[in-house]
Amino acid sequence: MSEEPGFTLDGRRIPFQDGQTVMAAALEAGVYIPHLCFNPDFAPHGSCRVCLVKVNGRMQASCATPAAAGLTVESETEELRDIRRGILQMLFVEGNHVCPACEKSGACQLQAVAYYVGMLNPHFSHFYPRRPVDASHAEAVIDFNRCILCELCVRASRDVDGKNIFAVQGRGIQAHLVVNTPSGKLGATSFSIHDKAAQVCPTGAILTKHQGYNIPIGQRLYDRKPINVVGDVAQLPESKGGRRHD
Amino acid sequence: MAEPESSALTETVRDIVQRHNSMPTRLLQILRDVQDRLTWLSPETLDRVAQELSISPNKVHSVAEFYSFLYTAPRGCYDILFSDNITDRMLGNRELLHYLCDRLSVGIGEMRADGTVTVGTTSCTGMCDQGPAALVNGYTLTRLDKPRLDRIAELVESRTPLEQWPREFFEVASNIRRADILLGRHFADGAALRAVLKRGSEAILEEMIKSGLRGQGGAGFKLAAKWMSCRNAPGDVKYVVCNADEGEPGTFKDRVLMQDFADLVFEGMTLCGRVIGAHHGFVYLRGEYRYLLDSLKATLQRRRDAGLLGTGILGDPTFNFDIDIHLGAGAYVCGEESALIESLEGKHGVPRIRPPFPTTHGYLNKPTVVNNVETFATAAKIAVEGGDWFASRGTAESKGTKLLSLSGDCERPGIYEYPFGVTVRRVLEDCGARDAQGIQMAGPAGHMISAREFDRRICFEDLATGGSFMVFDQSRDILDGIRNFTHFFVHESCGFCTPCRVGTSLMRDLVTKVHTGHGTLYDLEEMRKLGRIMQVACHCGLGQTAPNPVLDSLDQFPEAYQRRLRATTFEPAFDLNAALEDARQLTGRSDSGAYLNEEDLLLGAMP
Repeated sequence: MSEEPGFTLDGRRIPFQDGQTVMAAALEAGVYIPHLCFNPDFAPHGSCRVCLVKVNGRMQASCATPAAAGLTVESETEELRDIRRGILQMLFVEGNHVCPACEKSGACQLQAVAYYVGMLNPHFSHFYPRRPVDASHAEAVIDFNRCILCELCVRASRDVDGKNIFAVQGRGIQAHLVVNTPSGKLGATSFSIHDKAAQVCPTGAILTKHQGYNIPIGQRLYDRKPINVVGDVAQLPESKGGRRHD
Repeated sequence: MAEPESSALTETVRDIVQRHNSMPTRLLQILRDVQDRLTWLSPETLDRVAQELSISPNKVHSVAEFYSFLYTAPRGCYDILFSDNITDRMLGNRELLHYLCDRLSVGIGEMRADGTVTVGTTSCTGMCDQGPAALVNGYTLTRLDKPRLDRIAELVESRTPLEQWPREFFEVASNIRRADILLGRHFADGAALRAVLKRGSEAILEEMIKSGLRGQGGAGFKLAAKWMSCRNAPGDVKYVVCNADEGEPGTFKDRVLMQDFADLVFEGMTLCGRVIGAHHGFVYLRGEYRYLLDSLKATLQRRRDAGLLGTGILGDPTFNFDIDIHLGAGAYVCGEESALIESLEGKHGVPRIRPPFPTTHGYLNKPTVVNNVETFATAAKIAVEGGDWFASRGTAESKGTKLLSLSGDCERPGIYEYPFGVTVRRVLEDCGARDAQGIQMAGPAGHMISAREFDRRICFEDLATGGSFMVFDQSRDILDGIRNFTHFFVHESCGFCTPCRVGTSLMRDLVTKVHTGHGTLYDLEEMRKLGRIMQVACHCGLGQTAPNPVLDSLDQFPEAYQRRLRATTFEPAFDLNAALEDARQLTGRSDSGAYLNEEDLLLGAMP
């Protein structure tokens, strides 16, 4: 059996299979690269830009970069940490993210990645957009203030649930998540909390009703361990090379 | 039960959809046609279009929301959009905009209550050498002045159909000031097609290699490599796409080529089709050049009649190629080739993840060559005259000639064709720019250079350009231009990726803060940091180049920023005193204690 091809990520050899991206190969090797719009269950989207890495000296989104033998990839550098922090800060000021008042706090990927890249304040001026909350659905609520336009719910509803309930409309800073009904209300759709689309939001934009704070703040997933340890990198079985960092 | 009115709507929509063969790839063209009939696209109209095309309504709504020239709110019967490039501003467009709004008693961007007219602004319409310019219902108006606007106001008030407006209002001059091998030599229609039939595709590719021709849109990818990659890509169905989405502010050379040399462009596309094995081509014509559409269609028909297009070209039964024209609808990002392909497919124009590249996965995922207008025209000439002939001009890495679009502060704005390697200084002398302090090269996405650099050369080795060349003389405030450019990028960002979607707004706010005298040294440093993030982190070239004008001018024209800075080390992004106004109103206070003095303001704002 010939040796699998590999590339170098922060000095470590990462094996990959043909067709894998840098992100997918790293994840399989148990190495965390910060990300938000990427989810191992879906095709890469490449919009959040948090997973930026330096590939042979050039900045590229690791989720959209095909792995190739001999690549030299840098991820955990001061330069990339600064850039990722800047991107996180942009997301925080674009919407209205009030962590202390959010049910997702502690289980929120956006918050966890922000901590991971050392973001301690939003830095930029807040945009304070006005985005009404949609509580029309019996089981779920959408708080558009927390949407980061990762389109995971769009993709999940369209590609997995077969319902095509969500879409992003508008251009530039006007881009926004919409619900595909004439009224624009989630209550008028066939959305269910058992849908894949209800499970994939990396922020608190889509929440299940009637079950606030079942797990107390402080004991939630990213409260206990940082996201590079307990995120999707930890969900990989040992047999597939999954290895915890702790 | 359908109401009569809504059944009329169904009729209208169905008729238009059927004229486009009910093809979802024609969605953008369908929406344009529907809007021409109804002046705007109501939710109900969009749902009907979706129904007739059997596609999801949200797809139709997404497209309608994306393009600037598609309206999802009511517009006046006369929709007047002033071109708002910095060159239009230099020519006084803002004053004219307000003048016309006053004459018509309508607010900027608003529809007049009687539904007659809307007056607004739009990104550069490519008439920088004959501005101030505007569009009325998509048709180009040039050389606006107050007497002309007086007349336009009367025509609008009397609801005179556009066909009866004076023709000279719509006249677009070519203004070719300097011609070289592309514009200056006669070309016999069909000569390049005869050459490829006589010599074969391999020989033509050899000439392209010898010529060294690179993409003239500005990116400079070798034409021969692109054509060969597509030619060798597996698959029987391939496409040729001409990028005539000339959206870079200050560029208008493709407009002149499409107006005066359309045959040459179509011939280059047909040649490409023969070489790569494609039978179908598209011209993606920017919406702002709608005035060219009828004449281009007539030219295509003339070529079909002459056996230069269609089936059995020049009598060869194996030579089949035809061309469709797609009209854009106001989206600069569609100049990026993968966004352009998305738009051609009837979608909103978000750039794709690359690789794969269009030469293997382009239009409808088929191998596709996308080249700029000027590139196709040049390729046709090379096929006839030979690669060596072309390569005898230019520099080592930049063969041949380049069309420049000159505008701004010069005596003779227009089109100039130079061999690559010409110095900026020479161009300035030729166009009569006596007092230049700076040039915005290659548009806002390009680079700003100051007089210190006027000996630099225009070529891929030094100053690469798609052709935009905007001159700022000593009387201009560079920051006016920079602020205009930051607004442009906010408007044109597609919104897909974070650093562009959010970063363009942050940059505009920082520049505005300094421009209005509220900035400090800290803000200049913020611009640099933000710009650096955008340059490396954005998904496509739009976001990556959006901070260029700011970063360049910080280096080249530091005094333009410095003289506006406050002496403090930090100023908040908001006005603290103004923010207290709500509280003052609620409490009914107007005493001095309810106001912050300057000192309080500073202390309160210290980090």
